[in-house]
Parts: sequence; structure tokens; C-alpha cells
Amino acid sequence: MKNISNRREFLKSSALAGGGLMLSFSWFSEAKAAEKIASLNLPEQWSELTAYIKITPDNVIKILCPNPEFGQNVMTSLPMMVAEELDCDWKNVVVEMSTHDNVKYGPQFTGGSNSVRMYWKPLRNAGAAARQMLIEAAAQTWGVTASEITTKAGILSHSSGKSANYGEMAAKAATMAVPKDVKLKAPKDFSIVRNSKKNTEGVKVVTGKPLFGIDNRVDGMLIAMIQHPPAFGMKLKSFDATAAKKMAGIKDVFSFKLYDDGFEQGGFDTRTHNEMIAIVGNSTWEVMNARKKLSIQWEAAGDVKDTMSGRGGKREVTVPGRLETTSSQFEMMAEYAKKPAKELRKDGDPAAAFKNAAQIIERTYNAPFLAHNTMEPMNFFAHVQDDKALVAGPLQAPGWMEPTLAKLLNLPADKIEIQMTRMGGGFGRRAYGSYVYEAARISQILKAPIKLIYTREDDMTYGIYRPMYTATYRAALDSNKNLIGFHVTGGGIPENPIHANRFPAGAVDNYLADGWEIPSNITIGAFRAPRSNFNAAAEQSFLDEVAEAVGKDPIAFRLDLLRRAKENPVGKNNDYDANRYIGVLELLKEKSGWGKPENAGKKRGVAAYFCHNSYAGHVVDMVMRDGQPYVEQVTSAVDCGVVVNPDAARNMVQGAVVDGIGQSFYGALTHKDGVPEQNNFHNYRMIRHNEAPKKIDVHFVENDIDPTGLGEPPFPPVFGAVANALFKTTGKRYYNQPFMSEQAKS
Amino acid sequence: MAKYSLKINGKTQQVDVDPSTPILWVLRDHLNMPGTKFGCGMAQCGACTIHLDGNATRSCILPVSAIGKSAITTIEGLSENGTHPVQKAWLEHDVAQCGYCQSGQIMSAAALLKSNVKPTDEDIDNAMSGNICRCGTYLRIKEAIKTAAKN
Repeated sequence: MKNISNRREFLKSSALAGGGLMLSFSWFSEAKAAEKIASLNLPEQWSELTAYIKITPDNVIKILCPNPEFGQNVMTSLPMMVAEELDCDWKNVVVEMSTHDNVKYGPQFTGGSNSVRMYWKPLRNAGAAARQMLIEAAAQTWGVTASEITTKAGILSHSSGKSANYGEMAAKAATMAVPKDVKLKAPKDFSIVRNSKKNTEGVKVVTGKPLFGIDNRVDGMLIAMIQHPPAFGMKLKSFDATAAKKMAGIKDVFSFKLYDDGFEQGGFDTRTHNEMIAIVGNSTWEVMNARKKLSIQWEAAGDVKDTMSGRGGKREVTVPGRLETTSSQFEMMAEYAKKPAKELRKDGDPAAAFKNAAQIIERTYNAPFLAHNTMEPMNFFAHVQDDKALVAGPLQAPGWMEPTLAKLLNLPADKIEIQMTRMGGGFGRRAYGSYVYEAARISQILKAPIKLIYTREDDMTYGIYRPMYTATYRAALDSNKNLIGFHVTGGGIPENPIHANRFPAGAVDNYLADGWEIPSNITIGAFRAPRSNFNAAAEQSFLDEVAEAVGKDPIAFRLDLLRRAKENPVGKNNDYDANRYIGVLELLKEKSGWGKPENAGKKRGVAAYFCHNSYAGHVVDMVMRDGQPYVEQVTSAVDCGVVVNPDAARNMVQGAVVDGIGQSFYGALTHKDGVPEQNNFHNYRMIRHNEAPKKIDVHFVENDIDPTGLGEPPFPPVFGAVANALFKTTGKRYYNQPFMSEQAKS
Repeated sequence: MAKYSLKINGKTQQVDVDPSTPILWVLRDHLNMPGTKFGCGMAQCGACTIHLDGNATRSCILPVSAIGKSAITTIEGLSENGTHPVQKAWLEHDVAQCGYCQSGQIMSAAALLKSNVKPTDEDIDNAMSGNICRCGTYLRIKEAIKTAAKN
């Protein structure tokens, strides 16, 4: 994640062509921004700087959304934050996606549940500054003191009876100095934020407008597909494209290397294979057909040496060449689990606590690789020319791809234009840009505009997956059933899942967290709430079992531990706020009617978790339906601070619940000799309409805390609540995901 | 290659394509109508749903040569400006998250309501379970279908 704390936004106003106000914005230092702006030959080219806010004389207020949209609804929530402080009428607001320019628009990064959080103050500052300038313009026009002018819903008013709408003052406002400091509204005064607004792209979505990267089209554009090695650990040996090239509509078939030897890969340059075959032609179907005519020999890649840069500095890594099979992956994990692990946190004397324990509970949890399966498969448009390049498509963090594109194409970064399209889902997958580089390479080789499309099979078998994880939890109880020691040890292929400073760290005197990792050629990356999506399942199931062992109600047991962490925390660096955690559990208890006699017959599971600065919990009500467990109803409680757009936020939480049920019940990507065993939705099971709960009630803790994350936090605890409800429903604890595979075995 | 005359959204369109070309790609690549989405290519996800003579059909496995005189309706032709009761209900319930699957969901829902004006929850599940929504908007889709049924 980029550090944005040392940047201060810098505002600049200018006149809009045709009259009106345009407020520009920069996240770099004032000096850097001034330099950049100066290079644009002010004021003639000001109109080329796309601003956050444009107000036309006829009072249309255009607000640009800086962050890529992947369904988290930023094209509504971020402009709402601007409009709130601008104090305009939402009905007059038109929203557009901004261009990609990290100098002007900041990080432009969708991920880590960060969009609202990182833009909360800067966007409100921009809105407030524009409002102040409109007030100044009115004050000068009317010959009154600025402090006597009030605004409401886009109308400026003075006690003398004078009034004007923003449009009428916009041209003059553009000549006012940009205020250095502005006062932001107190949350109690919000009239747009905290009031549900409909998705600003809703009409375009329901009418099928070309919003997505895969819908890109320019004249003369060719369609490209890639044939990648069939297995992790294989590479291209040779191929014969004679037949494919003879197929109708085919322009070219060639192999290409993504990175040259020794290329320093940044943290988000992850790529599954380095040499692929590109098939390029006039239309998708023709390319698909020609692809089937390729005759290709693959061979074992052997160990591959890669050069990595970015976090951790420049280093050489060896990617092992073995062809992995799921059963052997489990064997490897069991073997590694026996070896001494790397200590990640230790409080007190856990060894002594376990030695002196009257009872030890030990459980091991496993979860498979998961494919992201965004509904819009990976794709990208690229038109690389000798002196410049245009790329357009779905990316969560285009700014991270820009330096690599510049290196690969041997072009200066400012000659590369990246256009952000609405994404048909992301879930972490589109934070990794190898498909953008592939598109750019193909376009550069062909010297033509191309659109690269992955088939679903490409997308699923050529992924950057959620890692395979395991964790063993141990609890030491004394003779009075007090929890005196806690140990979590975890590992994975190729990443360990442990968050050492998370609950119940801080609540147990003797605590140990350690971990280990198994290097692998299976490429992995962020997946909605990375690591948390496994930890919450394991830890929250385990705590449920410990609560049962000590004879306490599962919510009461968690609350006792959290009160301990709040009042007398163990150790330092506990990364959660016990008070907010308690608040969510208490709200959940109240709203779900937990422990109430009328719910006594229900098979309920509970879990709560902290991640991405927010707190979320669920109570899951499960029944058996046609011999299968079914989640019928869910009650959710979330503390994410101020909720900007409540109905959309509820939609997000409901979606996270459905996603969590689906992934925990069915999600799995397995391997046989390096080949993914699932390649489309007929063998990779996704949750469907009839499997979704009948009802999901979402409740937010009401407070004035600056917004924290929402896209990810509600997702991880679903897994734990489902596991605990499965125990209540079936009488059996579920330790291995996907749970329905376990169910089938029982 | 072969020439086809297709009735799409009330208009007749001519294309010259390989007879095996699925109607999905005829729409997207040849007629510049990208509202119908590619999701799986094997009729497993429903993103490509269109109406063929009013029935919900997966366009990704339907070759152009099999269309004959049947009338095709796509999301672009469901209404002029998003005014079909299903589209209006989708907006009222603010269903979409990423939105990619929603044209297929809407086409399936519109076909359902044409043949069943008052679907039960079970009817909706049966008609809609071929349409995957990765963002998990199923509850809102169901509510929106019920709202559309009322109107």
C-alpha cells in the first residue's frame, strides 16, 4: 500500500471553458503540483486538467470519481462526499469517472477497503473549498460580508433577500482565491452523506450500456487470446501454428515473453507463466476456433529464478518447478507443520501454560485455493505505438501497473495513458496487472490496437488465487476452565495466513503465534480480505469450541475476552480496538435476539472479526433442506464508522454474506500434476439464487468515527458463523473447507 | 462464412459470419451490441441471456445458423430508456454492485414474468438459478422481481 499520509492535497481553481468553475486537485506537494501545472502552459490549457468539480452557468454540477469502480459503489459514495461539503443539490450532480493521473487524483486505488477511507478528508476539503469560493463570489457580487451568506442545497442566500444558485456564481467563483483552510461539516449536519443515494450508474447498468473493459471497441481493433501452459510448472517447448494461421479471420499467431530475463518484478507484477502463444484475429469466435488448431508441445519448466523488487527490496527467488497435486499439497503442509515455525508474537510463557494446563484443546483447520471468478473475465485493450501507448480496461490499481508498462514498452510513463473502465468484479484479482502487460506486448508486436480476452477457462486456470492455508489452534485451560494459554500456528502454499496481533492476542496472558510457508509455482494474491478470510473461519470456529468446553455462551465468552483486552491488554501492538469489537457483538446480540426464548429452537452460529479497520459479525440461522444444510437467515452487525451511503452499504454487506456462504460451502480449486481440476462453472461451484438466504438483516453501529473499510470486513466472519451453525445443525464440527465436500463425506 | 438476416430488437440486421458463430459474438463483435455479456461460454452462468421469441436463452452456445426466423431481444431492446418494469424495479431496489451479470439477470427475470405474472419464491429460484451473481445480489434481485410483478 502506498503511503499517502505525507501528501497534502493541493487545490487550484480555474474558469471553465464557456464560464463556470473548475476546481483542480493534486495529491503531490504544492511545489510538485505547481511544477506539473506550470508545464501545462497555464491558463490556456487549464481545460485539459480534468477537475473534481465543474459547475456550469446553468447549474449542472459535475463531480469526478477518482477511484476505479468494481462494484463497491465509489461512483456514488465518493461524489456524495464532495457534494456534502459543497452543499449542493444532489439532483443537479452528474458523476463521471476521472482519467488516470495519480498527481491530480491521488492513489486511484481500489482495494484494502480503502476508497472511502482514504478520500474521506480530501474530497470533503475539495467540496468545502468550492463552496467557500462560491460564497466569496456572491459576497463580492452583492457587496456583503461572506460570513453573512449561507448555503443550502446549492442556493446561496443573504439576509437582505438576495439569493443565487451555484451556477450563477460559478464563473466569478473561478476567479476567487482557493481557501487554504476550510471548515468541514460536523456529522450531525450531513444532509447527503448518511442518506441513501441510488447508484449513479444504475441506468447504464440496467440498459446494457458499454461500461466494462470487455466492451471496449475502436476502429481497426483486433481480438487477441492467449494460450498458456496447461499446468503450473510447465512451459512452452515448441508449437506449430500453420493450421491456425490458415483459419478465417486470423491475423497472426506468435509466442512472446512477458518479462525479459532478470526483469525486476514489482509486488503486483505477479505472472503465472512467462511465455505464451498469442492468437490474434478479427473476431472472438474466429480466434477461439483457430486456437483449437494449434499444435503445441509443453515441457517441465523446472525451477525458475525470478528477480523481485518492491517491498522487501531487490532479491532473487527460486520458484520450484514441481507439478503439484492437491493430495501431495496436504502431505507437504502436514510435513512443514511438524518443523519449527517462525515466531511471530509471544506474550508471557505459553510453554509453561500448556505444560501446566488441566486441559488442552487442539484443532486443525484447512482451506483450499480459491479462484476469484469475477463475472467479467480478465481482458484489456492496448494500442501501443512507437512514441505512446493507450491501454484501457479493468484494473484496481492502475498506478501500480504504470511503471512496469513503461519499462516493458520502453516508453516514458507520461506517454502511457491508462483509461479506467467499470470492472465486472475484482475481489483482489485485478490488483495484479499481468493481463495488461500481455495486451500491451501483443499490441506492440503487432503494431495494432488489440483487445485481449481471457475465456472463463483461461481466467480460472491461469489465476492469481487465494492461497491454500492450514492453521492449528491450541487452547490451554486450567482446572477452573480459565483460558490460560493460546497458540496459533499456521502455514500455507505459498503464504502463511497468520495475523499475529489480532484477537485473541491481547486477551490471553500466555500467547504464541508462529507460521511457516511453502514456496510454490502456483501464483497467489489478494482475495477479498486476504488471510482474514481464512483466519476468521478457523479462529472463530475454534473459539466456539473453546467456549463450549468452558461451558460459556459463545458471545459471552468472546465478550469476556474482549473486556480483558480492553481493560488490561496483554502485550503491545494489538491491532484492534476492543471497544468497537464489543460494540459490534452487543449490537449483534440485540438485533439477532441471541439467547431469547423465541429463538431457542434455531440452529444458530455466531462469529465476529476485525479487519481493514472495521468490525463485523454475523448470526447465521441454518436449517436442513432436502438433506443439505441451508443458511436461511442472517443477522449482521458492522462498525465501519460513518456509513456514507447506507442502502448501498447494506447491499455490500448482504453480498459479502452470500459470497461467504458460497465460498465456504463450495469454493475450491484443486490440482492434479499442476493442472487446475476446475476450469469453468460446471465444475467450480458458485452459490446461486436458490442457495442464498431468504433474509439478511444488516445493522450498523451508529457513531461519528471517520469511515473505515466496508468491502472486505463483513466477508471473513461469515465463514466462522457458517462453521458454527453447521455444528449446531449437524452435531459435527467442520474443519475443512469447502464445507459441503466435508458434508458429502459424512 | 454465410449471410444471415436477423430480427433483433424489432430491426432486421444482416451479418456475414461463420455459421457456427454463437449469437453472443454476433451481437458483441459484429453488431456492436455489448450489453449481452460473455461469462462462461457454456451456458453455466447466464450472463449472456437474451430472449428468443420471448424465451430466455443463453446466447453463448446458440449458433447463428440455428436462429432462423426467430425474433431476438437483447438488453438494449428491452425498453427505450430503462423503462421496462423489470429495469425500473432493479433501479428501485438499487440491485447492482459490479453490474456485469445484471443484463442477463434482467433478461431472465423479464422472461419469467412474461410467462408467470405472479411468481412464488420457488418459481423465482427455478427461473433464476442459471444466472450467477458473483457479488451476491440475489436477495435484491428476488425483491426486484416481486416489485416488477406487482407493476
